[in-house]
This record gives sequence, structure tokens and C-alpha cells, in this order.
Amino acid sequence: MARVVVNVPAEAKKGEVIEIRTLAGHPMETGFRRTQLGELIPRDIIRSLVCTYNGVEVFRAELHPAMAANPLLSFTTVATESGTLEFRWTGDNGFSATEKASIKVV
Amino acid sequence: MLLVLGPAVAAEIPLSERKSGYEFMSRETRAMQDDEITGPAVLTLLDGEALWGKLGCAACHTSMKGVAARYPAMVGGKLTTLEQQVRHRNPELAYESRELLALTAHVARQSRGMAIEVDEKAKSHIEAGKAFFHRRQGQLNLACAQCHDDNWGKKLAGTPIPQAHPTGYPLYRLEWQGVGSITRRFRNCLTGMRAELLPHGAPELVDLELYLMWRARGMKMEAPAVRP
Repeated sequence: MARVVVNVPAEAKKGEVIEIRTLAGHPMETGFRRTQLGELIPRDIIRSLVCTYNGVEVFRAELHPAMAANPLLSFTTVATESGTLEFRWTGDNGFSATEKASIKVV
Repeated sequence: MLLVLGPAVAAEIPLSERKSGYEFMSRETRAMQDDEITGPAVLTLLDGEALWGKLGCAACHTSMKGVAARYPAMVGGKLTTLEQQVRHRNPELAYESRELLALTAHVARQSRGMAIEVDEKAKSHIEAGKAFFHRRQGQLNLACAQCHDDNWGKKLAGTPIPQAHPTGYPLYRLEWQGVGSITRRFRNCLTGMRAELLPHGAPELVDLELYLMWRARGMKMEAPAVRP
């Protein structure tokens, strides 16, 4: 199981811009490298990260080769209501990871 | 007046002028190390914590605070690195494997901020490590000291030369895209010098690690660190 970490403020004021940081453990193999014997190492990367806030998509990213291993993605959204943020990473070779974080909006 | 021009002998760095590799890094890389929640080494720490529980280490050990700050140390008459001691019950954990690095990082993390202390009883090993550090070797005929004692702070291929204080191992190196041990770093340097590539656990490298820890005595542990 892939290891992922998200950092969401536990509490925010209504209308406040909040920063969300996500970290996913993944080798992000580009598909351009070769072994010492000259064989191509197949591509193995995360293709996308989607974040939903109470079911509404607030952020989506497409990832490509040549991004570093263990990608850290940081983005902002507006705290509108208390609830749950859900994160889903998907990638090559059936890679999939999900994580949830709750936020209290006052 | 008589001028005596001796060979350029590496002078040891005065204790007050020692700097951790952290101080040679860019602001961005420092921020990665300082980020305790989403820093790149966090994933390894989480793995290590899980393994600690899975392997039942807690059956004997409560806190590992300060342990990493005093290794390599003499264990049963043999100089032993932290990695070697961590696998004492689980020799199937290979050097440089993800599992061993994670466990070692988990142990080392608990010494963060503590001063490095070296067992002076291992004096002969410190001397052997020092001799290795100052010995020219490899096709480039280089000694470690020529870069890390004599030319620290200058640039090598655009990168600052640090003083080689092992304050943060095992650490996340951006170049490696992962966590690695000090032995991996040694082997990188040996490759660069085109010297004999010593295997993991080689006594020469253990002595060298001890000498470097002695050289960094009193400095603060920052494992698992981040380096460029």
C-alpha cells in the first residue's frame, strides 16, 4: 500500500484561503532510463491527483515523467464549510491511493 | 628571514568553524528538511515506525533517544555502526534496503538535536579512520581531506563542498530521490575518486564513519536530514 501524507489545517475561518500540502511515496520512474544492461526501465509514474471538498472537485493535477520521486503537491482552496477533503492519486500499473482529512470551518 | 615551505598538509577545521551541510544548502532545500509533516523523509520515518512495531522491537526497547548520537560504538569488542546494530535481531535486512534504512531513520530521528558523542575507548579506530581520511587513493590520487578539510566552502562542479560532518544520516538526498546511508555516500565519493569501491560494512568505512563522528563531536544530530 502506498504511503501518502496530507496536511490540511484542522480549523479555518469561513472564506479563508487555506494551504493544502500532499506527499505521496512513489518512485516516479520516467520510462527513459535504462539498466546497466541497456534495457529500458518501464515507465511507472503517478498520473493524477484529484482533491474533492465535500464531494466537489477543487483541485486536479496531471503528473508527467521527469517529476521527482515522492512528489509533494501544494495548493490552496477557500474554506467554505466544515467537512471532508478527499484525495485520490492514480497512476501507472494500477497505482491508486486515497486519503481523507476533515476541516472545521467557523 | 627563512621561509619554510612544507607540503600542503590538511589542517583540521577548528571546532568553532565547523558547519553542518545544512548551512551550505539553498533556502528551498532547507525548507524541505525543516518540514516535519510533508518533508521527503517523512515517508521513510512512517515506514520505520510501522516496522518497529511489526518486528517487535518495542518488546525490549522503550526509547532510542540519544542512541544514534553515539554510534558507531563498540559492541561486544567490535566497532559497530548504527545500521549494523539495528539489524542485530534481523540479519535478513540487507544493507541499504528500504526496510533497514527506514528502521535506522526511525531510531536516528529520536536523537535529533542531541550532541554527537564518541566513545573515546575506540581510539585506535578513530586513528585508523583519520589515516583513511588523509590517505591519497584512487586513480585521481585524492584524499578526503583535500576537499573536506582544505577546500570546504568552495565549489566542485557548481556545488558547494561541505565539511563532511555526518550529522544527518540516514538522509534523503535529492540526487538519489530517496533515503540512503552514510556508506552509500562514502561509496559515491570513492567512485568519484576512482578508488577501490569498498563494500557495505567494510571495516575501513566503519572506522571512517567513527572518525567523522569524532570530528563532528558536539555538533547537533539532524537525522533524517535532506541534502541536495
